[in-house]
Amino acid sequence: MSSTVEVLPLEALTSLESFQNALRIAEQNADDVDTRARFPLESIAALRSAGAMSWQVSHQYGGAGAKIDVLSDAAFELARRCASTGMIFAMHQIQVACILRHATHVPWFANYLQALADEQRLIASATSEAGVGGNLRKSIAAVEPASDADGNLIRFEKEASTISYGAEADDLLTTLRRSPTADHGDQVLVLTRSSDMEARKISEWNTLGMRGTCSPGFKVSATCSRDQILPVPFATIAIETMVPFSHILWANVWLGIAAAAFERSQSFVKLQARQNPGTTPPSALKLSGMSVRMAEIRSLIRSATKEYMDLADGEGRFTLSTAGYALRINQLKIAASEAVVEICQEALRVCGFLGYKNGGPYSIGRHLRDAHSAALMIANDRLRATNATLLLVHRDTK
Amino acid sequence: MPVKDKIRKVIKDHARLAVDVAALEDSADLGEAGMTSHANVMLMLALENEFGLEFPDSMLSRSVFESVDTIAAAIQTLQEER
Repeated sequence: MSSTVEVLPLEALTSLESFQNALRIAEQNADDVDTRARFPLESIAALRSAGAMSWQVSHQYGGAGAKIDVLSDAAFELARRCASTGMIFAMHQIQVACILRHATHVPWFANYLQALADEQRLIASATSEAGVGGNLRKSIAAVEPASDADGNLIRFEKEASTISYGAEADDLLTTLRRSPTADHGDQVLVLTRSSDMEARKISEWNTLGMRGTCSPGFKVSATCSRDQILPVPFATIAIETMVPFSHILWANVWLGIAAAAFERSQSFVKLQARQNPGTTPPSALKLSGMSVRMAEIRSLIRSATKEYMDLADGEGRFTLSTAGYALRINQLKIAASEAVVEICQEALRVCGFLGYKNGGPYSIGRHLRDAHSAALMIANDRLRATNATLLLVHRDTK
Repeated sequence: MPVKDKIRKVIKDHARLAVDVAALEDSADLGEAGMTSHANVMLMLALENEFGLEFPDSMLSRSVFESVDTIAAAIQTLQEER
């Protein structure tokens, strides 16, 4: 399947009939996925058929070499149909980016990327942990030596408070302290395959929204080779890849939710307008306000995507670790996560009781519930506190 | 007091390391020694106060405040520019 995408220009990936098919399937199943809080297995299977799990992987390992702009478009289009599918796609691509950008020079990971492309493997992440208070940059569980003869094996046990699609993923990226004596902030990232580990579900996932991401807590126990530790400190991976990738791709997912709610309210206003030709319905004013918010977020996302693509490789990497960049990428997350709720709420008011009802072409309930997850994924208050501290030293006010 | 000793004193007071700074080499990674990003900013502020200078935005990076050595190099660059 990788051979068909290789010859295509990257922007054509999202026009592929196989990807369009995944979009249709995501749309058809979105309400059922939400109602039953079940994994969107049909749309993920369709994404696998489209080769989308390895779109980002470089050609030499059998992928399509897609960058964050193409992945952003794909996440947006998926989330417009089914936010859970869009978020699962986005999270998987974030994990792939961490490996691609920091570990390809290690033979184990080069082989892994080939397998990822051949088998369209799905990667989840275990960065959360009971007891660290939602701080990505802090771990309690540690890499421990396993008692093998040549000292090449490691083991770990981690109680992750949430692992999105944890029961469905093939592989897992886990943050851990470098060793049992390392500081909480001295972390590494370890990739384990399902054959390396056991994951026992320790909580339920019955949530307000994003129900199809199926993100309960797990207790993970794993034994694997020392080669499966990414060769760079997690601090570097977080700053240069995981955080910017997350905020940009998540923002696209949220924009997709907002776009879907907007489209529904726009159809509703058109319906009203047709019933009374000659007068613009009062609710059209709300639409105009919503479209301003949409445009603001769209342009924030575009400028963040462009900045990241300009800086991601070579000399620019240094800028990614500056206070100014951290501020800007956090601002994107805060702005997009708040706008999506506002837009969905306005859409609900436009559609009135047809929006409040579950089901039907004007229902906004699922979108509004999904949108509320945005401010909680890395709590906005935590980011505001971080930015407040950074503003003590940062001076550029351009 | 030599620059690196002054830096070590500021680190001791503000970087909130998990270990005693006296036990660290000049090249030791302060992040690995437990300095959080919040403490990193507090360290920057305290260094600006101690040395009477301002770090430009381009220097506000984790790699510049990575160790006693890198901080000393940054301070030297700024002092030479004056």
